[in-house]
Amino acid sequence: MRTVTLPVAYMPLVDAAPLIVAREMGFDHAEGISLDLQPAPSWSSLRDMLAFGHVDAAHLLSPIPVAMALGLGGIATPLSAVSVLSLNGNVIGVGTNLAGRLADLGYGFDFKDAEAAGAGLTKAASDVLVFGVPFPFSMHVELLRYWVAGTELASKQVEIRTVPPPLMAQALATGEIDAFCVGEPWGSVAVDDGVGTLLLPGRAIWTCAPEKVLAVRNGWAETEPHLLGSLMRTVWRAGRWLSNPESRTTASEMLSRKAYLNVSPELIDRALIGDFTISGLGEQRHVEGFVEFFDGAATFPWRSQAKWVAHQLAIRNGLDAGIAERQAAKVFRSDLYRRELQSLGVETPGASEKLEGALTESTAVASTNGSLILPRNVFFDRRVFEPTG
Amino acid sequence: MKQHLTVVVVEQNQEHAFAIVDALKESGDVDVFVIGNVSGLARQIATHSPDIVLIDIDNPSRDMLEELTVASGPMERPVAMFVSSAAGGLAKAAVEAGMSAYVVDGLQADRIKPVMDIAIARFQMLRQMRVELEETRRALEERKLIDRAKGLIMKAKGFQEDEAYALLRKTAMNQNRRVADVAEALVTASGLLS
Repeated sequence: MRTVTLPVAYMPLVDAAPLIVAREMGFDHAEGISLDLQPAPSWSSLRDMLAFGHVDAAHLLSPIPVAMALGLGGIATPLSAVSVLSLNGNVIGVGTNLAGRLADLGYGFDFKDAEAAGAGLTKAASDVLVFGVPFPFSMHVELLRYWVAGTELASKQVEIRTVPPPLMAQALATGEIDAFCVGEPWGSVAVDDGVGTLLLPGRAIWTCAPEKVLAVRNGWAETEPHLLGSLMRTVWRAGRWLSNPESRTTASEMLSRKAYLNVSPELIDRALIGDFTISGLGEQRHVEGFVEFFDGAATFPWRSQAKWVAHQLAIRNGLDAGIAERQAAKVFRSDLYRRELQSLGVETPGASEKLEGALTESTAVASTNGSLILPRNVFFDRRVFEPTG
Repeated sequence: MKQHLTVVVVEQNQEHAFAIVDALKESGDVDVFVIGNVSGLARQIATHSPDIVLIDIDNPSRDMLEELTVASGPMERPVAMFVSSAAGGLAKAAVEAGMSAYVVDGLQADRIKPVMDIAIARFQMLRQMRVELEETRRALEERKLIDRAKGLIMKAKGFQEDEAYALLRKTAMNQNRRVADVAEALVTASGLLS
């Protein structure tokens, strides 16, 4: 079969795994396409590559297409998030000074309890606390803001600055930032460089945060439905392969290659298996489901996820929350997901929205062929998100 | 309206930065500031309140500029330009989008264009030099690897130098790999076994 080459841009991160695996395992060829994976030097470049048609699809921070739909940031090309590429996968870490003060205060670094971490950090930090994040429109910012607002950290002056992940360890070492929220492997890189200690995995703040999406231009989705379907099925198969624990070691090896992440496979293992080294002293912590590529309808683009992001962005930027949520809901394309993945017999939920934060346990919900188990979905403060719009 | 343009160039390499500054100054009434250390980039840029910010499109620090488009009001916004790209048409598209996305009122596109043209040409020339330098460096390293592999073969099999190279080349051809890759594998393997 002749394959069509499809240029796709990505950021060299652990959560680009579905795209890298799709290419390396040949899931793309099985669908009659050939992924031409192009790494981007920055999120703004990645967004531009997609918006200006240099590539047809991209691995994007989930808030980027939402922010663009709300008219925030410079570029306004309408994008669609056709599937979620991964849930969670970020870590919050602090510099060695702060880690030392936390230890002196008796903080146990359980790498789990967001409330306790917030309380501890409030005692340990000076009046101003500066966090580094990869991009102004990112789940990193949203998780940090949500966490800060819901803990004693709200009493501090918290600043959030953009620092490119490869420079995060250096910014921590020079004291430009006190702490960070970043996607793996960059948190572990800071630990191995001896400049940082990990405090929390992102999922300690929200167990089901949509981290990256597979994004395409709306116009492209309309004119190339067949290619879109092939791409979505390719990525879905890669996610399914990644969900098998036995695939993880192979995946780490693939991702570690020079052409992709160019770091040791051992560093990538930490995120994929969930066994973290959190400090320079070699302390180990395990996180179940640190990053999720498949299980529990992880790749379904829930309109409620887009609404949650839009709600936060609207409030901070002085926009009408109801209008913003309605605009954002159109960006997460549960309709296209259903249409294109039906042929594979993929179990899709009956609803396109769920109550984010409302599932304290795994729960069966109605789906195409009967039922589907959705995983625990809670915020650390146990609040349930109720859309305005 | 301002009589001249204020331009900030974000470039870590000092020589490159000077080259760009010289070219820009020749183009006319332009104040140019160079930022070499990107820590706190957004704040550093804000202190100059420039009309144009020039940064290589491949520079990861570009994301730090994104804060400027969010934090500042439209009138304080600099024209952020991202020039030069190995990726062909993207540079042009990005520049064009940059124009429309970031241009502030009162600053005409035709005044920016000559500055942009010069900057793009200069960034591209510097990129070319960088690529050539990397190529040369890689070729040198490969040469060293091949020499070591030849030495290993000569020692292990009592070959002459040309015979050792012939064996390397034949193996590479048979396996459809580059001679340097075969040499690297041999050097690595011998390191493990010694």
